[in-house]
Amino acid sequence: MAKGVTLSDAVEMIPDGASLMIGGFMGVGSPHRLIDELVRQGRKDLTVIANDTARPGAGIGRLIDAKAVKRLVATHIGLNPETQRQMIAGEIEVELCPQGTLAERIRAAGYGLGGVLTPTGVGTSAAATAREIEVDGRMFLLELPLAADFALIGAHRADYCGNLDYALTARNFNPIMAMAGATVIAEASEIVPVGVISPDEVVTPGVLVDHLVERELPHGR
Amino acid sequence: MDAKELIARRIACELKSGDLVNLGIGLPTTVARYLPPGIDVFFQAENGLIGIKPLPQIGMEDEYLADAGGGFIGAIPGACAFDSCFSFGLIRGGHVDITVLGGLQVDEQGLLANWTIPGKMVPGMGGAMDLVTGVKRVIVAMTHTNKGERKILRKCTLPLTSVRPISLVVTELAVIEPTAEGLVLKELAPGATVEQVVAATEARLIVSSNVVSMPLAA
Repeated sequence: MAKGVTLSDAVEMIPDGASLMIGGFMGVGSPHRLIDELVRQGRKDLTVIANDTARPGAGIGRLIDAKAVKRLVATHIGLNPETQRQMIAGEIEVELCPQGTLAERIRAAGYGLGGVLTPTGVGTSAAATAREIEVDGRMFLLELPLAADFALIGAHRADYCGNLDYALTARNFNPIMAMAGATVIAEASEIVPVGVISPDEVVTPGVLVDHLVERELPHGR
Repeated sequence: MDAKELIARRIACELKSGDLVNLGIGLPTTVARYLPPGIDVFFQAENGLIGIKPLPQIGMEDEYLADAGGGFIGAIPGACAFDSCFSFGLIRGGHVDITVLGGLQVDEQGLLANWTIPGKMVPGMGGAMDLVTGVKRVIVAMTHTNKGERKILRKCTLPLTSVRPISLVVTELAVIEPTAEGLVLKELAPGATVEQVVAATEARLIVSSNVVSMPLAA
């Protein structure tokens, strides 16, 4: 049942070129220690699937700064000029996706669906890569599932079984990504005994979490 | 009062008690400042919260509580948090009453372009395409022209945000409503004239038989 892993061991499991879903929205709810360790270990050629790349020096922006990302699937990069610069310079391949569509594509992969039909993007340039399907006279885009080798999750609390909860707007993409990564690595602000997070409060069941990053204690062990 | 404040004060008059409201980044966010007294609405942040309120004081930030622009916020009693799938279920599913968004161009069919200028500005659409496609009323807050260049056009030249027409455009000169017949000029800002609005608009305007002066929230 113990899933604890050191931060460096967790990141050593992730090879160069891996595809990563990373939770968080403008850095809020991102697994910051895992991101920093990916940079420290010099990981390269990553595919990152995330809502955004935060800002330079913050959250996923640190992977962009370190030129660790080869391909990005995101909804918004407007607040990170470095991501835009790398995209325009051809250093990084960026696929932009409407936010609701990105969430549903990730959910589809995690929930075992063959895709989702959404009205968002019909008749726009977002439709260029999706098939249009008419249902009862209304047009939808068929958006295909999006999975990844790893999901890196930023939780509020984890218990010893790996059950997770989230705080306020730090939840965002984390719970759906925890369903869609082949290997799920979570870091939490607190690790608590089993039972502290009641069954009703668990958002991500521990069975989905393959590895839980061990705490770093402010005053050592 | 500058152009942006005037636009925000006019749009604040559109909000009704009980509305679930999503405000875009920038000018739209400022609409919340002018909410008329006695009107209670819920503000949604698409990153996963109903019940935004401003941060009460610098230094009181909760690192887990931010708006869609990444700025730290507070929350009202009764606020609730949820994941991104649920948040966009609210948006796409028609559960949000009003969204206020910025605009680059609006055309005679009421179509909006507001997310990219190819080759110049490629921020990504974020939640804009879902909002314009799914929210009950879509209000565009924008300056009437950009450095003299007209933005209300016969046909948008920039990539569209949605093929669903928006509900209302509010500028520092006028309030314009897209209808099946075309764009209807309904209200004028204090001091603005019909001739001035027509000259600043490329699209054909149907001048309403009773053009009124814009109401403005205090």
